[in-house]
Formats: sequence, C-alpha cells, structure tokens
Amino acid sequence: MTTTQQVGDRFGEFGGRYVPEALVAALDELDAARTEAMADPDFLAELDRLHRDYTGRPSPLTEVPRFAAHAGGPRIFLKREDLNHTGSHKINNVLGQALLAVRMGKRRVIAETGAGQHGVATATAAALMGLECTVYMGQVDTERQALNVARMRLLGAEVVAVPTGSATLKDAINEAMRDWVTHVGHTHYLLGTVTGPHPFPTMVRDFHAVIGQEARKQLDDVVGGLPDAVCACVGGGSNAIGIFHAFRDEPSVALWGFEAGGDGIETGRHAARFSGGEPGVLHGASTYVLQDADGQTLETHSVSAGLDYPSIGPEHAFLHDSGLAHYAPVTDREAMDAFSLLCRTEGIIPAIESAHALAGALRIGPELGEGSVVLINLSGRGDKDVDTAARWFGLVDDEGQAHVDGETGPGGDQGGGA
Amino acid sequence: MSVLDDLFTGCREEGRSALVGYLPAGYPDLSTSLEAIRTLADAGADVIEVGVPYTDPLMDGPVVERAASTALRSGFRLKDVFTVVAAAKDAGAVPVVMTYWNPVLRYGVDRFAQDLADAGGAGLITPDLIPDEAGAWRAAAEERGLAPVFLVAPSSTDVRLRSTTQACRGFVYVASTMGVTGVREAVGSDAEHLVERTRAVTDLPLCVGLGVSTGDQAAQVAGFADGVIVGSALVRALGGPDGLGALRHLTEELAAGVRRA
Repeated sequence: MTTTQQVGDRFGEFGGRYVPEALVAALDELDAARTEAMADPDFLAELDRLHRDYTGRPSPLTEVPRFAAHAGGPRIFLKREDLNHTGSHKINNVLGQALLAVRMGKRRVIAETGAGQHGVATATAAALMGLECTVYMGQVDTERQALNVARMRLLGAEVVAVPTGSATLKDAINEAMRDWVTHVGHTHYLLGTVTGPHPFPTMVRDFHAVIGQEARKQLDDVVGGLPDAVCACVGGGSNAIGIFHAFRDEPSVALWGFEAGGDGIETGRHAARFSGGEPGVLHGASTYVLQDADGQTLETHSVSAGLDYPSIGPEHAFLHDSGLAHYAPVTDREAMDAFSLLCRTEGIIPAIESAHALAGALRIGPELGEGSVVLINLSGRGDKDVDTAARWFGLVDDEGQAHVDGETGPGGDQGGGA
Repeated sequence: MSVLDDLFTGCREEGRSALVGYLPAGYPDLSTSLEAIRTLADAGADVIEVGVPYTDPLMDGPVVERAASTALRSGFRLKDVFTVVAAAKDAGAVPVVMTYWNPVLRYGVDRFAQDLADAGGAGLITPDLIPDEAGAWRAAAEERGLAPVFLVAPSSTDVRLRSTTQACRGFVYVASTMGVTGVREAVGSDAEHLVERTRAVTDLPLCVGLGVSTGDQAAQVAGFADGVIVGSALVRALGGPDGLGALRHLTEELAAGVRRA
C-alpha cells in the first residue's frame, strides 16, 4: 500500500503552482532537470560522494538514555543531522540543488533563510562549486542570528537584510522570489524547504529522504525493528518530511510533527499552522496558512527563527488532513526546557528548532510507555543559538556579558562567553 | 460584447491605445483612494486597475509594496475593494481588479465574483494565478460575464502564450520585462517582441505593463500595444507632496501619450 497520494504536482488537494507566469518556464526546466538527474547514475554517484566525503554521511544514530529517563519509558534515539558539515540537515538538499544548478548551466544561486542554517549551507555549496550566492534574510533574523550572517559572509555570500513586512522568513522568501523573477535566466532559486511551487516540495523532500532511509536501517540494526514514533520539528517542514518519508507506508509508526507554539496558542503569538491556520495559498503553494479573515498573512512568533513561518509544506497539509501524521504545538518554554535537558543529560546542545521535537517526544513518551522506541530527528546543532539560550536562561546580562560563578554582579573581562 | 470589448474597439476606431491606470484600493486611506480613482478617471484613464493590498506581494517592487502596507495599516478591508470599483465605474472608467490569489480564495471565489460583478467590475487580473490553477475562477467568471485576465511574460513559451491567451477574456496583460513592478528608465525591446509573439496566437487586445512612467514611454508603447498599463508611477505621484494634483498631471500626460503614437 502506498500512502503518498501524490498526483502530478499535488498532494491531495494541496501543492500546485501559484506563481507569476514569468516563472513557469524556469519551474518546467527545473522539473525536467531534476527528473533526469535523479535517474542519472553519475549524478547520484556524485551526490553520494559529496554526502560521504564532504558532509560526513551517514550521520550517526545516538541513543540517549539519560534524556529518555525523563520521557516516561521509551528508548530514545537521535538522528544526528546536527553533526553534518554546516551543522544541520539543510546541506542534504543544498548539495543536491547546487549540483542541479551547475547541471542547468546557472552561474548564480539565491536563497532565503530564517535561522541562517539554510543560508550557511547554500553559501557553503556555492563556495564549493564556484557559484555566485545571494542570501535573503529578514532583518529581525539577521539581528537574532548575527553569527550565521558572519558565517555566510566569510563563505563569500552576499547577505541582504529584508526590512519589509514582518522582516522574518516569509519576507525573505518574498524578496528571493522577486530576485528570481528578475534574474531567472542565469539564477537558480535554491529554496530551502518543502514548500513553494512544484517541483520544490517533491524535489526538496527527495533530497532529504536520505535522513529517514539511513535512520531506518541504523535503528533496525540496533533494535531489530521499526520505531513506534518518529518526531521532528516543523517549520516549512523539510527535516520532518526527510525523516518521515521512509516510514510513511508503515501503519505501526506514528509520525509526529511539532510546530512552534510560541507564547501559547491562546495568546495568538505562535507559528502553529495546524492550530489556527486555514487552507490557502502562500509562496506558490496551496497549503495551510496563518491568515486573517481577509486572507492577509498573520505575523508569527517563535523563539526559534527557523520555525517562525506562517505557512507549511503542502505535503504536511495533506498528511495532516488525511490523518497520516500528527501535529501539535510546542511552546517556547517547553522547547527551551527540553533544550536545557538535552544539554545537561547528554552533552549535546541542540538547535532550538530541534528542541521542539525533543519536547514533543517528552510529551508523548508516557503514552508510548516502557519498551517503546522513539526516533527523533535532531535536525541541527545549537551553536547558533547560544546567545538566545544564554539570555533565556539568564546566563548573560543585556550586553551579552557572562555572569561568572562566584561573582556577585555581571562578569568582567573574563566573561563574554556568549 | 463585454464592456472591455467595447472599450478596445472604440479606442481602435479612434486610432489610439487605451490608458490603463493602476492604484491600490485604500491607499493612502479609503477616502483619499476614492478621490484618487475619480481623478484618474477624469484625467483620462480608460481602464482602472483597482489593486488589492496584500501582505505578501511578491510580484511588486518597493513602491507598490509600500503602498499596500500603508493601505493595510490604514485599515483596508477586502470588501472595500468593491466600493472603490463602484467609484471607478461611476466616474466613467472601466474597472478591473488586480489581486493576489489568497484574498479571493479566503473570501470565496464565487462570492468574490458575484460581489465584483454587482459592483460593476469588468474583470480580474491575477498576477500569481496561472490558468492551470484557475478552473474554479474561470467558471465563476464565465457565469457572471467577468473577464479573467492572465499575464504573459518574455519567458513564456509559444505553447504557453497560446494556452494562456485562450484562457483570457477582455485583454491580455503583457508583462514586458522579467521582474517586479516599478518605474524603469527604458521600456525594453523585449516588450515589442513579446507583443509580436502574442499577436501571432490571439486576436485579444494586448496591454503592456511593467515600467511605463512618462508620456513619451506611453507613446512609444502605444505604437505597438492596444493598451498601456501604468502603476508604480501613478502610485508614486499620489504618494508625493502634491498627491492628487500630481496624479492628475501625470495621468493627463499619459493620456496624451497614448494618443500621440
């Protein structure tokens, strides 16, 4: 049995192409190129080589018993996408699309980024393959993820801060689309998640499917079977689709996506599309959108820049409506508590995005109970979030100076650890 | 014959192109917007494109994008677009609405079509809805005699030029350059070439947009197109210190331009 229900460019009723006519030719070109490439042994061999020699795949599977002790019974395994080169799962898709860009004869790539992980991955691949690179990033995000802005610039990319709208990820995508429609002849839009017009949702999923394929085999080697639940955080939804895909046809495996609950659904300050969003169209796809009664996009909130997005990949909309996957919001506080717990029990600092999946696993653990197995996609590492986390937990003062144990006030010269 | 057909036939008989002027509804606020629409009609716009302000206008450059934000901050609600459409019609112009797709979807495609027809609107231009995705809208439009107007672009293949123009009624929006809305120094030679390619597959009137801001440019485009679309330049005039006066002055210059070709 297949549960994919993908017909052409649609996942059930979701997906499609809601784009200016000017982009249709480029989307057709891309669709033809990626279909041909995915059937070309040379292309796949080159991508495999880069995964192995450059990214460091396969990424490990790590059992985390001291963390699991807080989850009410299950054994918990982390798929360590945080250990990939550039620090997150984003590199999987980026290497695939960058190879495609070269194959199509494009000399420039552009990208949007929220937390900066996709921008860093794109800047990295552009440096590796000799492509020009421009990354659009909401101005709010450039401020809360300054370290990643510096990383992109070190890698030779131009970073453009987008001040319009809410100055976050959605506005970065608007600006990238405007760039693309103007320069589509020589530029590839290296979209970083499983939304946008066809073929992006399908193509990006296929480039991330390696996550679930590896994890399924690694887990089987250890426990001799399938997990009972697979957990992932969901912004646009690329890491979630990447790990879900290998388990989609297994009815015994519960798929759980955790969205940004922000300050709580009841406050309205969140980014949980399945808790208040309605079907609509944004950024080229028919999917769930957080919108007002007039169809205007609502502003979102999350402690995590990477989940702070009003829309979601159309395949997730289909999985949600068909009941094939479950989705639930996780608040900022729950995510940060789980962040702290993983740091202190396992010596792993997760990305705040990924901490939403950790918090979700802690929540569903007691229902699954003793002897069950939970697989979590640890989609990124938390180096980029140290500043945010240090402020959240009161480890630094407002100027970013560390409080040093044994002193009464904010630390002096020996501080500054943020 | 629809009102758009009549209009373009009339222009053809007069040996001139039509002037199509764009303004966002509710910019800078609803009452000024109504005044601006009347000014635009009175100063010579034949067709008025009433824009729906939207939070994520990814086909628009900074001028229109900022105007949309201003209108939304001033309290624009989607139903206000029908008030503006009615005002354009009362002022003697042919109103069409230009909107991104999500607001229509949220309002309800049939309900939007009905309210647009009731307000006197002649059609709908959809910058992010291609005919491939427009089944429900095309049916709703047909039922009420509204014109679906889709865009063609320099990157459109001949096959797509044919299928897209077949789905259009009233006129075809020829997006003359690759890029977003905004004033440009020169209207590219791409525009004339695209008009030629489009003429080869349709008898519908062809209106050229993206970049026109002066009477001279309007005259140049009128030399090969049935209609000249002006947006950002009008929005910029309305947003300047002399607001309605500058809008009138520019519209008169453009109206003279389309008669000069």
